[in-house]
Amino acid sequence: MMSETLRVNPINCTGHGVCAELLPELVSLDEWGYPIVDPSPVPAVLDREARRAVAACPTLALRLLKSDRPSAPAPAARPPRRAPAR
Amino acid sequence: MSGSTAFWYASRATGIVALLLLTAVFVLGILVNRQGRLPGLPRFAVTGLHKNFSLLAVAFIAVHVLTAVLDSYVSIPLAAGVIPFASGYERLWLSLGAISLDLMIAMIVTSLLRSHLNRVLWRAIHLLAYLSWPVAFAHSIGASKDLQQGWLLYLSIGCALLVAGAVVFRLAHAAREVPRAARVATVFAEHTAGSARRTKAPKETKETVSR
Amino acid sequence: MTATMNESVPGAATRQAAGLPRLLPPVPEDLRGHVARYGQTPYRGQAGLLISDIEASGLTGRGGAAFPVYRKLAIVDRARGRKVIVANGAESEPASRKDELLLRVAPHLVLDGLQLTAEAVGATEAHLYLHTAGSAELLRALAERSARSVDMLPVTVTQAPPRFLAGQESALVNRLNGGPALPTFTPPRVTERGLGGAPTLVQNVETLAHIALIARYGPRWFRAAGTSAEPGSMLTTVYQPAGHCQVIETEIGAPLRTLLTSGAETQAWLVGGYHGNWLPLPQATALTLDNATMKKYGAAVGAGVLVALPSDRCGLTEVARVTGYLAAESAGQCGPCLNGLPRIAAGLAELAGPGHRRQTRADVERWAGLVTGRGACNHPDGTVRFVRSALTVFAPEINLHARGQCSATNRRPFLPLPDGIPTSEDDWT
Repeated sequence: MMSETLRVNPINCTGHGVCAELLPELVSLDEWGYPIVDPSPVPAVLDREARRAVAACPTLALRLLKSDRPSAPAPAARPPRRAPAR
Repeated sequence: MSGSTAFWYASRATGIVALLLLTAVFVLGILVNRQGRLPGLPRFAVTGLHKNFSLLAVAFIAVHVLTAVLDSYVSIPLAAGVIPFASGYERLWLSLGAISLDLMIAMIVTSLLRSHLNRVLWRAIHLLAYLSWPVAFAHSIGASKDLQQGWLLYLSIGCALLVAGAVVFRLAHAAREVPRAARVATVFAEHTAGSARRTKAPKETKETVSR
Repeated sequence: MTATMNESVPGAATRQAAGLPRLLPPVPEDLRGHVARYGQTPYRGQAGLLISDIEASGLTGRGGAAFPVYRKLAIVDRARGRKVIVANGAESEPASRKDELLLRVAPHLVLDGLQLTAEAVGATEAHLYLHTAGSAELLRALAERSARSVDMLPVTVTQAPPRFLAGQESALVNRLNGGPALPTFTPPRVTERGLGGAPTLVQNVETLAHIALIARYGPRWFRAAGTSAEPGSMLTTVYQPAGHCQVIETEIGAPLRTLLTSGAETQAWLVGGYHGNWLPLPQATALTLDNATMKKYGAAVGAGVLVALPSDRCGLTEVARVTGYLAAESAGQCGPCLNGLPRIAAGLAELAGPGHRRQTRADVERWAGLVTGRGACNHPDGTVRFVRSALTVFAPEINLHARGQCSATNRRPFLPLPDGIPTSEDDWT
């Protein structure tokens, strides 16, 4: 099943933060204001919100790219998280 | 300018509202670029209002042009809305209006097609805003005597001051902007300087190293 | 720069038994010597033919990424229209000297490989990109080939700016396109859309030299050295504790201890250069120089830079110096890298000094996590790998410094760094 993933072009991104406001389920901001984007496929239920966030980015840095992995179920509501410690 | 038909009043009124909207669009555009906020509103409100007001402004201008054309007291061809020097009546002032509208249409169309356009081209056309607003303003002042007296005069001065202030604000930031090659050194310097009160740096660095 | 004298370095006998050296001649060769030793350039007369030999040989890229070469060739071969090939000699890693040496002593192997690969993928345009574009040996080699009509495609030589990222694939294409040597966002990869929009094949000069030999002696010969997963030989730049640096050609899979000393004079090894990994001694002596083994320890061979850090130096000071350099070499285009690397470098500088705040180690670890995978290129990732492995290997030193002490007796810098840091846009063109 075709689905899409969100990706940020970090060269174009200026850290506006509009994406994190419109899509907090999948995007959070690091301590410098730059987006940390969930790399897994966008759940179908969030598809419209994801497109809205992509359209709202003032520098068109946020993109939806096609992947061919099946969509995951919607994530449980959770607070914006930092990048996982590796 | 006597012969007050409804069309004529409508044209003048929609013109005034369009000027107010365009002033708002201009200021909001500078705010978007500077990542500024409107008090109490989320960030997407700034970008959203900028885009929506620009479309609304064009809608008001469309009515503004149509009603002026339909008004039978003076003869203005429809084409004069977008083609300069197409009108015999107030040829210069209406031309300014047409030019300004042409620039606006270019900015809006390129913005709607932005994901298919070269970034540099989009930006170059969007910078025409600095030309479009003054030209629209000149049209507003010259095309009818409305804005040259009374409270509408104060209103138009207010709009001009707002835009001028926004431009000064933008230029001041452009002067302070750190060029790409110097950004890393700037972060180094700031970070080392702030080590005495080392807390998690919120966003001061992002502001300083803006693009 | 010492040209290799394989006889006088550790492990020399083993290397000779394995049929080495393959790439490095005993003396620099001009075209006549090259043809006398290797014969004429074995053009196949048709595109595509060489690719199956390269596949059979199992050759992996020698520029650091170790990607199977035939796959990249196949992608570009399949494309239609104009195609470009670039020989990448811009080894921007300050500690690596192998490409520079190869181009000086065996330029015709590289240039043969460039032409043969160009033929194999149907390239219509050939470039050579390097830091020493004006070198006399190179210009002479190109002139000789031109005079004898050896080359099918004329080679355009472009100077790479002296920046760490200048040899990065998309930065290279950006530079050749007339822009600065700054990485660009991928997709699209340069093999889809590169120089002037055409599919572009970028290969390290050492890889091309191996191709030139495989074209003559075949895949079975190539596989006679190395491991089955990573066959062949590779050039390494080796730094011993006494301070001298040598380029040594070795089999892939050779034990590290045949290349680096492990006695009391050294405290730790660095494998893979400044985007590589620090390895502790004596555990590292069991390792072999191949990615399959290295991966088990979170390390990689990279472009073959091997360093045995002397015991009398302070590892933290060295790491802090290099990290400062890596941070300064950030393109400054991506928010996380731009904000994170200087902070990490400053944190390391603090750890390298006497006494540090307790928060600093946690800060450095947090920033390392924030920059990984969030740039347009892998500069932040490579830097973090270098830093994280250092924090592990030099942990005892960190504790010493926290108490205001240091185990070093020699303050002279060891790891090589170029002079001058980038300060203006011109530095990137």
